[in-house]
Amino acid sequence: MLLYASVFLPLLGAAIAGFFGRIIGDRASQIVTCVCVGLAALSSIPTFIDVALHGHAITAPVLTWLQSGTFEANWALRYDTLSATMVMTVTVISTFIHVYSVGYMSHDDSQPRFMAYLSLFTFAMLMLVTADNLVQLFFGWEGVGLVSYLLIGFWFKKPSASAAAIKAFVVNRVGDFGFLLGIFAIYFLFDAVGFDVIFDAVASKADTRVHFFGMDLHALTITCLLLFVGAMGKSGQLLLHTWLPDAMEGPTPVSALIHAATMVTAGVFLVARMSPVFEYAPDALAVVTFVGASTAFFAATIGCVQNDIKRVIAFSTVSQLGYMFAACGVSAYQAGIFHLVTHAWFKALLFLGAGSVIHAMSDEQDIRKMGGIYRLIPFTFAVMVIGNLALTGVPPFAGFFSKDMVIEATHAAGTGVGNYAFGLLIIAAFLTSFYSWRLTFLTFFGKPRADHHTMEHVHESPLIMTIPLACLAVGAVFAGYIGYEHFVGEARPEFWREAIAPLAAHDSIAKVHEHHPSFFMKWLPLFVTIAGFGLAYLMYVRKPEMPARLVAAFPGVYKFLLNKWYFDELYDFLFVKNAFRLGRLFWKGGDAGIIDRFGPDGLAALSARVAKRLGVVQTGYLYHYAFAMIVGIAVIVSWFVIGR
Amino acid sequence: MTALSNFITGLPILSLVTFLPLVGALFLLFVRGEAEVVARQSRMVALWTTLIVFFLSLFIWIGFEPGTAAFQFEERVDWLPQYRIGYHMGVDGISMLFVILSTFLMPICILASWEAIEKMVREYMIAFLILETMMVGMFCALDMVLFYVFFEGVLIPMFLIIGVWGGGRRVYSAFKFFLYTLTGSVLLLVALLAMYFQVGTTDIPALMEAKFARDMQYWLWLGMFASFAVKVPMWPVHTWLPDAHVDAPTAGSVILAGVLLKMGGYGFLRFSLPMLPEASAYFTPFVFTLSIIAIVYTSLVALVQDDMKKLIAYSSVAHMGYVTLGVFGGNQQAIEGAIFQMLSHGVVSGALFLCVGVVYDRLHTREIGRYGGLANNMPKYAFAFMVFMLASVGLPGTAGFVGEFLVLTGVFQMNTWAALFAASGVILGATYMLYLYRRVIWGELTKADVKEMLDLDRREIAILAPIVVITMWMGIYPLPFLDVMSESVAALVNNYQAALKAAGETQVGAHLGEQLVALLR
Repeated sequence: MLLYASVFLPLLGAAIAGFFGRIIGDRASQIVTCVCVGLAALSSIPTFIDVALHGHAITAPVLTWLQSGTFEANWALRYDTLSATMVMTVTVISTFIHVYSVGYMSHDDSQPRFMAYLSLFTFAMLMLVTADNLVQLFFGWEGVGLVSYLLIGFWFKKPSASAAAIKAFVVNRVGDFGFLLGIFAIYFLFDAVGFDVIFDAVASKADTRVHFFGMDLHALTITCLLLFVGAMGKSGQLLLHTWLPDAMEGPTPVSALIHAATMVTAGVFLVARMSPVFEYAPDALAVVTFVGASTAFFAATIGCVQNDIKRVIAFSTVSQLGYMFAACGVSAYQAGIFHLVTHAWFKALLFLGAGSVIHAMSDEQDIRKMGGIYRLIPFTFAVMVIGNLALTGVPPFAGFFSKDMVIEATHAAGTGVGNYAFGLLIIAAFLTSFYSWRLTFLTFFGKPRADHHTMEHVHESPLIMTIPLACLAVGAVFAGYIGYEHFVGEARPEFWREAIAPLAAHDSIAKVHEHHPSFFMKWLPLFVTIAGFGLAYLMYVRKPEMPARLVAAFPGVYKFLLNKWYFDELYDFLFVKNAFRLGRLFWKGGDAGIIDRFGPDGLAALSARVAKRLGVVQTGYLYHYAFAMIVGIAVIVSWFVIGR
Repeated sequence: MTALSNFITGLPILSLVTFLPLVGALFLLFVRGEAEVVARQSRMVALWTTLIVFFLSLFIWIGFEPGTAAFQFEERVDWLPQYRIGYHMGVDGISMLFVILSTFLMPICILASWEAIEKMVREYMIAFLILETMMVGMFCALDMVLFYVFFEGVLIPMFLIIGVWGGGRRVYSAFKFFLYTLTGSVLLLVALLAMYFQVGTTDIPALMEAKFARDMQYWLWLGMFASFAVKVPMWPVHTWLPDAHVDAPTAGSVILAGVLLKMGGYGFLRFSLPMLPEASAYFTPFVFTLSIIAIVYTSLVALVQDDMKKLIAYSSVAHMGYVTLGVFGGNQQAIEGAIFQMLSHGVVSGALFLCVGVVYDRLHTREIGRYGGLANNMPKYAFAFMVFMLASVGLPGTAGFVGEFLVLTGVFQMNTWAALFAASGVILGATYMLYLYRRVIWGELTKADVKEMLDLDRREIAILAPIVVITMWMGIYPLPFLDVMSESVAALVNNYQAALKAAGETQVGAHLGEQLVALLR
């Protein structure tokens, strides 16, 4: 019962608020959705204890879905350690975001719709993580894609919001395209899409080769790569990341929901879920690490120069997702998921904290127009600092435990790509610390740069917003310490069981535990973090004129970073413009210019012309017709004479 | 209830469902009175007739035995015994649901025309009732001559509906539609005659047993292809469809997209695949190529449309590309997917045309740029439109997903390239539909006349609500549909594969160029 409650209560809440929101009113819609998600979160805890800690994995059937020949995919809720962990994280974080939204959206005029979307989003994510086959996973996958589209476009009157919404959906679809092909490849290989069947048979397919796309390929490698394209889309990895910063057009709680516990983590979840298959595709794993580490670095560089408070945090999310993928790629899936969980706490905290700042600053999001407000909103300031400490990995905050394990695992893997990742992740850790503290200093310290009117209205958020912040702050402090032993410590085999069990040969977490890293390795991440803090302090507190001088000295680099490496412009040039150009060409040139011109219209015109010509012959004079007849008879007679 | 259903299934129910609309049409001829009264009476008679027909047709579904591939509810009357041409009706898992689809869409069409059609209402309703007879008859016919009569008969009422009650360049569009389809049909007729002279009967099940020489199969196949490809429509013979849709009245578009386009796909499944297996396998790469072009090409064209109906018409061509892909995919998933895709497209694209009709009735324009911001004053409409848009995009949990997914799953098993290209439609489809939705529904409400537009009224809700429910049902629990078709499809696939094996033909035929060369030799 609890198994079903955790997943379907949010759907119930969404349905009530969505369909009857206008009738029951704002307040009732808020209460219904919050209670439903809250109950879901409560019921997820005993499930987690039973499934993860006591090892009672279970699959609860729901309904038959697709059946065609040997193809079968059912609705079912699969609970193992991985999904139980995800369900708990998602529902708990989502509950805080729901409650927070009640306060944050209190001036909006379509609150029931907003609450319904939040709950629907949570439901889709839960369907995703509890799927027992790839097709249901795809349902949740597309479900979060849809609701993120709705949420990003929540303020649909703003052209920028609707543009961002479409962009999010379409870029995600590019990833889904790969994901779909991955599902087909899985079915091709295993004749099934259910996880149990796939995982049981995967070892026997380790050396299978297939003929896909005209090439002779290692079956599992190409399959995993296709699936990973999907993961890249949903998790905003390099090349498919462009939708993610734009997604900030949605209300701030949406950003927290999308970027903390749900949606963007789906890609990491997918890789972890399919880890038994990925384990037999080392080349695909190398790609995962390569892309992850590159993204971690790339996004961090952009985060350093952005001026929108939410965009900085958004790029930070992209960067942190890169960390998670890098971990998965070196078979440290547990570390990846561990970082996912801790990240969910502190990133939700940072986003909601940013929301609290925006709320205080009368909806201003540009950090250049903030400053000097830490005394006015001390609570928000405090939780933001906690979030920063957790994000940058300062002991004993949550991020320290997970992030260090990620970095150490890449190093311990001992592979070329592992070392590549290690290097980039260290640099990214430095940048993370820099942009986080830059954000804090610009927002809270220095002289107030907002106008007088705004400054007068700066106020601490109401309790309905600060209480969720406090709860998240607690998580951001302790989640790492509490989870360490089970997630990535010595207790991890009993904790994860079959859900995540890397092959012994490339279990890099085991290597971390066996060969204790040198003192230098152990503390290098913390060292660069402190260095990043120092640099931010120097540039934005001690010598505030320094950033402007740097920009003046390196205008090219600055512009390159500010414009996010020009990916948007490149894609616009390559794909968007050409799609429209091609569409017009096919329409005006192909359909009208060739097919119709030489097809129906051409034939019609031709027959009209022929008829007119033939009409000339019909003069009405009897002797013309008689002459024609004589000629005709002559031809026929001669045909018979000569032909015989 | 069981007594009633026993009684009803004891009747010649297929003939009843087929010809009952004609009775209604006949009845309409005798309505007398003032123009106003006649119009009102005609609407009511047509609505009740179509509702009763729909209700009756449900008993076909209820009484249908899913565990067998055999034809059911068969009726056989000697018609021209000396020529071995008979009146033979029956349905199997492939055709049965199309009957339901036709009878389901009919009352919706009548309701959608309730206020939109003001002139010659009686004649309009008669045309629709005759159309229903022709469509249902076509899906039930198990005799080639009977099939051909219904297949062609559909043309006439549809031609009139576009030409008389349409708008814009309605005469041009009606003729384009007529000539395109007629040209194809003539070749179909030649093929059917050739088959008749070869086998000596027009009975479809008997023809399925017959074997045709390989060379003959090629020519027969091409003759049929000419007709079915136009109906589907496949690229490049699709250009009649956008024009026909744009100028047809709303209900005409619904039937056109909902049922008429399915006649081509149905024809491939009923004739080409079972009767001409070797030719079908031989031409598979050719069909795949055209299907993929249809998906990519028309999706891109849809992206740049300014006319709502044209956009949806082009999207139909793309969606039907999945159908032809699936039919010739030739395995269980691909064919079931193709059938399901036809059903879901019938419901969803019909609903999208209804959605266009709703705003067209208010503002009398289909130009996308004239709208914008409808979510503000028409939230119910925005919701319904959203559901259908998502189904068209193929979102899991809606009807559109199941067919597309199964087709691609099946096709991937036999040709990864084809699946790769076809799957790109997943991206393009999302692009043009979301772009349409954004321009019509989202944004600020600025235009004065758009501000005046009212949300759905009760009649419109009555039309759209059932379709919303069915769209979700087909997406979440499609089993009742898949179960019905699975045995018939399995039999079709087995016979197809067995015939290919016997003929030593590989699954994947020669390349397109070689085919053309071989044909010309």
